[in-house]
Amino acid sequence: MAETGTTAAGAQGPRKAQSGPVVFRGGGFRPADHRGIGLLVLIMLIGVVELGTRQGWISPLTLPRPSDVFQTLVEFTQSGQLVLNLAPSISRLIIGSALGIAAGIGVGLLIGLFSVIRAGLVPVVAAIFPIPKIALLPLFVIWFGIDEGSKYALIAFGTFTPTVVATYGAVDNVDRTLIRMGQSFGLSWISIVRKIVLPGAMPGILSGLRISLAIGIILLVAAEMLGAEYGIGAYILQAGALYDLERLFAGVLILSVLGILVNAGVSLVEKRLLRWRV
Amino acid sequence: MEIRLDQVSHQYDEVVVLKNICLSVPSGRITCIVGPSGCGKSTLLRFMGGLEQPTHGTLTQLGSPPDGCLNALTYIFQDFALLPWRTVEGNVGLVLEDHRLSSAQRASIIADVLARTNLSDFATALPKQLSGGMKQRVAIARALAVNPAVLLMDEPLSALDSQTRELLMDDLVSLWSRTPFTAVYVTHNLQEAVRLGHQIVVLSRRPGRIHEIVEVDQPLETRTMTDPDLQKKHDHLWGLMREEARAADAELVHG
Ligand SMILES: Nc1ncnc2c1ncn2[C@@H]1O[C@H](COP(=O)(O)OP(=O)(O)OP(=O)(O)O)[C@@H](O)[C@H]1O
Ligand SMILES: [Mg+2]
Repeated sequence: MAETGTTAAGAQGPRKAQSGPVVFRGGGFRPADHRGIGLLVLIMLIGVVELGTRQGWISPLTLPRPSDVFQTLVEFTQSGQLVLNLAPSISRLIIGSALGIAAGIGVGLLIGLFSVIRAGLVPVVAAIFPIPKIALLPLFVIWFGIDEGSKYALIAFGTFTPTVVATYGAVDNVDRTLIRMGQSFGLSWISIVRKIVLPGAMPGILSGLRISLAIGIILLVAAEMLGAEYGIGAYILQAGALYDLERLFAGVLILSVLGILVNAGVSLVEKRLLRWRV
Repeated sequence: MEIRLDQVSHQYDEVVVLKNICLSVPSGRITCIVGPSGCGKSTLLRFMGGLEQPTHGTLTQLGSPPDGCLNALTYIFQDFALLPWRTVEGNVGLVLEDHRLSSAQRASIIADVLARTNLSDFATALPKQLSGGMKQRVAIARALAVNPAVLLMDEPLSALDSQTRELLMDDLVSLWSRTPFTAVYVTHNLQEAVRLGHQIVVLSRRPGRIHEIVEVDQPLETRTMTDPDLQKKHDHLWGLMREEARAADAELVHG
């Protein structure tokens, strides 16, 4: 009722002249930097769980006590197990996604630059994009062996398709007037690609990289769940088989941190490479 | 160097854009092209720059480009077309990188053109830090760097506010007075045309034909906005354009 009252008064404006400051209504709808809020929410959530498990209104079978998880993590680190499990995981992630991303950028550029290749490959990419790559793991094992080969292949294959799609989309979005400018100054084809198309596509490629690397981490765990002695994925699988929730959560926590670090890494690269962006 | 257009006609699918354009762009002078929206001015300029080919007619370049010319027909774009990831000197350097020049030669060309366009202090700035007028001066510097035989400008000042436009027109006049260059200058703005043009080509509405060619003999340096002779030329041009512009406007409304 109060609302309709004010509108009515507003509509009849001039009858009752009111003076006052102009009401500000331009706020919001703009991303602003709120540092620390994310961390605060996280700490609060953990605090609630800790309190619940201590006071007993969260049963230890539902969720492990955060301090126990932390304890497990400390032991895991001190015993040297962390390095033993993390090192192979990280090398798999780096090698696998480097292969997939390099190939993805290459093929994406070819699709973006040559219409014949686009016509030939876009349907193929569209067909392999939705395949859950985990389902193909047995195939990879046959092709590349049970060792590292199949793990690299799985991660590479999983990061390849999103990179291709992001790259050719980014090439399509490069400002045509810049390309025309390059042609009008008689720049060679290779110069135009190297100096105009590639840097122009970089923002799109980098944001695609974020998604590709997250997919890479997911597939890393999947690959390690099959025949890996060491690795974060293997560690989580063992803990899960024993219903050892503390170790399970410790493993998951490590993956989350890995995800955050990868994301921060991409942001850093973006900041350095895309300083020119408005 | 001179460009000659002979019986140039063009159509996009069914739409005839240009019809029987015969024109000579004389060396060392500025040719302005004016005409109503959509009459094919930009298209004509793209032909001259070799970025597109007309369906009929021929374009010939007469004479050879000057010594040290790296790109005979050089564009200046309405929207500047600067690479946002390169600094001012990087943008100028871009057009030199494909040529066999020593790095010292390259550096001296860049320094020279930046000095000529009063940009020396901004050599390491990124385009996002520059105002519109500055960006267009960088584009002009880049065009000068290749020592062009003919400068092709498509509404180079129309993205700028009117004060900046005045300043840049002065810059163009002083550049031309120091070393006369050949230029084709497409514009909507008749004041720019009478200020910069030695020869003003008025196109009719689509299909664009040459309506009239107006010569302005007064030296560029002495032209002022208040000059009665120029005002007369301006009014004459406006008289020519007025009907065309109105008809072109109505045509668009009726589809
Ligand atoms: N690539 C193209 N395909 C089809 N039609 C085109 C193409 N380029 C231009 N046209 C048409 O040709 C006509 C002339 O275009 P042009 O850009 O040369 O006109 P203009 O005189 O430069 O116009 P403006 O003053 O608006 O810049 C317009 O009607 C336009 O719609
Ligand atoms: Mg135009």
